[in-house]
Amino acid sequence: MSAAAPAPAGWHDCRDTFSKTVEALAEADPRIVTVVSDSVGSSKLVNFRKRWPERMVNVGIAEQTVVAVGAGLANGGKIPFVSAAACFLTARAMEQIKADIAYTNVNVKLIGQSSGVAYGELGPTHHSIEDMAWLRLLNNLTLIVPSDPWETEQAIRAAAALDGPVFIRVSRMPVPDLPRCNARFEIGKAETLRDGNDLAIIANGVMVHRALAAAEALAADGIAARVINMSTVNPLDEATILEAAKTGAVVTVEEHSVRGGLGGAVAEVLATHDPVPMRILGFPGFLPTGSADWLLEHFHLNAAGIADAARQLLARK
Amino acid sequence: MTFPASAELRNDPVALIRDKALWIRRRSFQMVYEAQLGHPGGDFSAADVLATLYFGVLRHDPADPRNPARDRFVMSKGHCTGAFYAVLAAAGFFPEAQLNTYMQPLSLLNGHPNRNYLPGVETNTGPLGHGLPVSVGIAIAGQIDSADFRTFVLTGDGELQEGSNWEAALTAGHRKLENLTLIIDRNRLQQGARTEETASLDPLDDKWRAFGWHVEMVDGHDHRALYEVLSKSPKGRGKPLCVIANTFKGKGVSFMHDNVAWHHGVPNKDQYEQAMRELA
Ligand SMILES: Cc1ncc(C[n+]2csc(CCOP(=O)(O)OP(=O)(O)O)c2C)c(N)n1
Ligand SMILES: [Mg+2]
Repeated sequence: MSAAAPAPAGWHDCRDTFSKTVEALAEADPRIVTVVSDSVGSSKLVNFRKRWPERMVNVGIAEQTVVAVGAGLANGGKIPFVSAAACFLTARAMEQIKADIAYTNVNVKLIGQSSGVAYGELGPTHHSIEDMAWLRLLNNLTLIVPSDPWETEQAIRAAAALDGPVFIRVSRMPVPDLPRCNARFEIGKAETLRDGNDLAIIANGVMVHRALAAAEALAADGIAARVINMSTVNPLDEATILEAAKTGAVVTVEEHSVRGGLGGAVAEVLATHDPVPMRILGFPGFLPTGSADWLLEHFHLNAAGIADAARQLLARK
Repeated sequence: MTFPASAELRNDPVALIRDKALWIRRRSFQMVYEAQLGHPGGDFSAADVLATLYFGVLRHDPADPRNPARDRFVMSKGHCTGAFYAVLAAAGFFPEAQLNTYMQPLSLLNGHPNRNYLPGVETNTGPLGHGLPVSVGIAIAGQIDSADFRTFVLTGDGELQEGSNWEAALTAGHRKLENLTLIIDRNRLQQGARTEETASLDPLDDKWRAFGWHVEMVDGHDHRALYEVLSKSPKGRGKPLCVIANTFKGKGVSFMHDNVAWHHGVPNKDQYEQAMRELA
């Protein structure tokens, strides 16, 4: 739906990882079903439907029902992957997510597709930049924002293995494979991708590779920035955040509103345990018209913008 | 408040509507082609309904777009901004040249309509299943005030799978909102497939009747039939009106006709040129 600029060669749409992984899981476990709301194509589940038509439930354009039906399927012994555009899955079905999924504490995997500003020009109704704030408040609900294909696959496999509700944000915005030394994914455990003791940059999702590029730019100025991938937002890895506070300055970066998301979560931890100067980078709220790439540039959510914010913050350290 | 019956229209309302409908198809397709974004299939299924409303039915004044006495039109299928923006420009709500900015950075012509950007937009839409409940509220306000204005809302058919529509349908039937008219763009296609293969809606007319509505079925590309059913006064009926407009997605261009690929498909140069030749 979005005419994004062509991605650099070798970058990926993590929706492809989602569909590949869920098909691999479904081969091994007959309990796995997919549940969609006229979102087969946008979830890249056309092949799943071809392979297992009887294991896909399409309820039509009805997000409240898609989530509630997922809860019912779990009650009936299935492991449902409920997949729809993140904006409608959360905003429209928030009470079903709260009451039927999180509060009831059922084994449903919610896949918020094309999260963040991927739908660019389609505007604020189609952006999903409030979802982290809404979802991270819910007890029992594991919330994961993976950064690249490897982590998306790990998150989906970990979600399937966990007996409980999980929400995974899956982006369509092209991302590169991240450099990792010892690739090991654990729900609730942040990953330090680059060491440094001058300040810490905490990011997740499509912002992680931009944070790494910012750290590279800062290194050229002699500034050693630690880069932390906080892919699980609930439960939050407080120990890694408090470790980051020892650098004396923390920048958070998210493809989300600056209110209540990753930055809000980190700020709650820092403010109550170890207040250090902080910058929260993200979007200001309802956004003007523009493509996903244009919006990220316009709001300085790129390597240069992150590096500038880090330099300004260091002056307050 | 200007009535649609200009001199031109008094002579031959249907000819004017036909002319505008063709213009809407051509102009919206140019917008989609230039933006390489949009929902042209649904623009084309709705073009005749929109032309009929704006050039034959609605009492509105582009110079005074929030006049309290205006008829309201709510574009619930907010993804079809190609046709909606084109008809608003044609009706004089903003200059036609503004259509060239469709979905460009900082444009007021966002992918889905925003009333804070553009005159003539009553409520922001984009998520399906919002237009009818909002329109019920507008109609109730009119009912409380014994106001003369009518409220029209255009939904898709796949959109009716959203339960919010049926909650609103109950309230409208219960309150006998005869000042409310729902038009359903019954093109039988949604985003990924046919409605009847996804979550079937038929018998759709019986559903609305059961909710206390008066139902009319029309050919949604027949300007005269649309004009007659939409312009007739609803007074005294004591029921809200549901017009099921039987349409085709992509109507007007051979390779788009009834083809789900054109829900949000966008044309390449050859397709654009062929479509423009056919839309003559
Ligand atoms: C709440 C919500 N869910 C999903 C979508 C994505 N979406 C946009 S258009 C569309 C299909 C609409 O089909 P229909 O109502 O029949 O419209 P038309 O055929 O006239 O284009 C979908 C699923 C949306 N805009 N809002
Ligand atoms: Mg339709």
